[in-house]
Amino acid sequence: MYRALAEAIRDAEQQGISLARLALETEARDQGRPVEEIRGALQRALDVMRGAVEQGMTGELRSASGLVGGDAAKLRTGPAGPLAGTLFRDVLARALAVQEVNAAMGVIVAAPTAGGAGVLPAVLTGLAQARAIPDDAVVDALAVAGLIGAVIAERASLSGAEGGCQAETGAAAAMAAGAATEMLGGSPGQVGHATALAMQGTLGLVCDPLGGLVELPCVFRNATGSAIALTGIELAIAGVEFAIPVDEVIDVMGQIGAEMDVRYRETAGGGLAATPTGRRLARERLVQLRRR
Amino acid sequence: MVSLLDIIGPVMVGPSSSHTAGACRLGLLARNLVGGTPEKARIELHGSFARTGEGHGTDKAIAGGLMGFRPDDERLRDALEIAEREGLDYAFEKTTIADDAHPNTARITLERGERQAVMTGSSLGAGRILVTEINDYSVEVSGGYHTIVLIAEDVKGSVAAIATILAEHGINIANLRLTRKARGGDAFMVIEVDDVPGEGVRDEIRALPWVRWAFRLDKVSA
Repeated sequence: MYRALAEAIRDAEQQGISLARLALETEARDQGRPVEEIRGALQRALDVMRGAVEQGMTGELRSASGLVGGDAAKLRTGPAGPLAGTLFRDVLARALAVQEVNAAMGVIVAAPTAGGAGVLPAVLTGLAQARAIPDDAVVDALAVAGLIGAVIAERASLSGAEGGCQAETGAAAAMAAGAATEMLGGSPGQVGHATALAMQGTLGLVCDPLGGLVELPCVFRNATGSAIALTGIELAIAGVEFAIPVDEVIDVMGQIGAEMDVRYRETAGGGLAATPTGRRLARERLVQLRRR
Repeated sequence: MVSLLDIIGPVMVGPSSSHTAGACRLGLLARNLVGGTPEKARIELHGSFARTGEGHGTDKAIAGGLMGFRPDDERLRDALEIAEREGLDYAFEKTTIADDAHPNTARITLERGERQAVMTGSSLGAGRILVTEINDYSVEVSGGYHTIVLIAEDVKGSVAAIATILAEHGINIANLRLTRKARGGDAFMVIEVDDVPGEGVRDEIRALPWVRWAFRLDKVSA
């Protein structure tokens, strides 16, 4: 797979093809597998993503510790806020839903990781539903997301323990922004800007889950990550360009992660995990877990 | 090289690719060493596995893996209850395996009938694993291929003999690593292959007079 998004964008432009096609053909060559087989695997991933959205929306799930669950359903059935009935609110609900399923040991697609698994399904299936986009185009978008994620894995990191939450929900937001931009008709260049615009909004984001569990704030970080992805999409499609090239934004995410204190890298030593309430809740819930 | 399907995947039971999916794969690999679901399992958890394992279902994931459940199998959620029902006698302990051991490491001691085995392995993140010790021998097994692991006396032509058996069964070798502690000492072979080796292959290898033991480990990762 590519090591620089700029190279992929250049190749796609020169060949006059989409980034999705470029990503699928490159993967087919790298792995010695036919494109159709790769598309089949991505279609299965999409089916699992949709299943997780549906399961999470029922509001019947609780995490092992009981810290999270049931909030996705509130966005469906709770009082109508100013954004009721909009795509934005639907995307937030989907992000919470998938991450609540994850916390309750349900089946999800780690994309790029389990902790950031809510963003891509929320943004892609939310937009696909709102705009009646067929599955083929959503599968293409997943290929673009995979391309962007592969570049981030090569140049920076996709692990909260290495790079903080910017490397998990931040990376997911960048992948979703770029992927959806092509799905909505954006050019390869616009995909690059959408990716950069989303990622700049999550730089420095710490990984600080209570008790080290993939629950709180992870569920909500997937909602805010989705909101940031939507921002990147909206700006890029409108023609907004980000002056720092996308590969440099990815590089600096990696550098910030490497310099981030270990307390902010999935160790529950800092951030929300280390607040008085964060510590108390983690202690109480872990005691409860051991009793069961 | 990073694959697109490593990024969009794996499909797995939550909540953590390292604490749940990777832990399940360690269990799946370990069961091979006793030829099926063990009757007795002692699982020592080290580092982050010990500290946050309960909240991440690491115990359920390893027990499920030992029973042959894969990382995307929803039965993992109830694996401890299923284990009790199916007669898998398990015990989890928190321990320090070594000061420099990977933070997500487990040592799994199994019994099934006459067979016993001990395996130590780590979950490296994103569901990737590395088995570092089997029955006191240092190894490196990733589970990314079907793998044959064997200890043999250091005799001339041992690699050729094993390659011939594999070729006769139409099995292509992807990677082969041969290590030995001293000249004339036991040789340790890890052979990763592209095709599923049947029990016949394992039995033929075991029948070689200079092979001390040989195991066939299933591919457990994409």
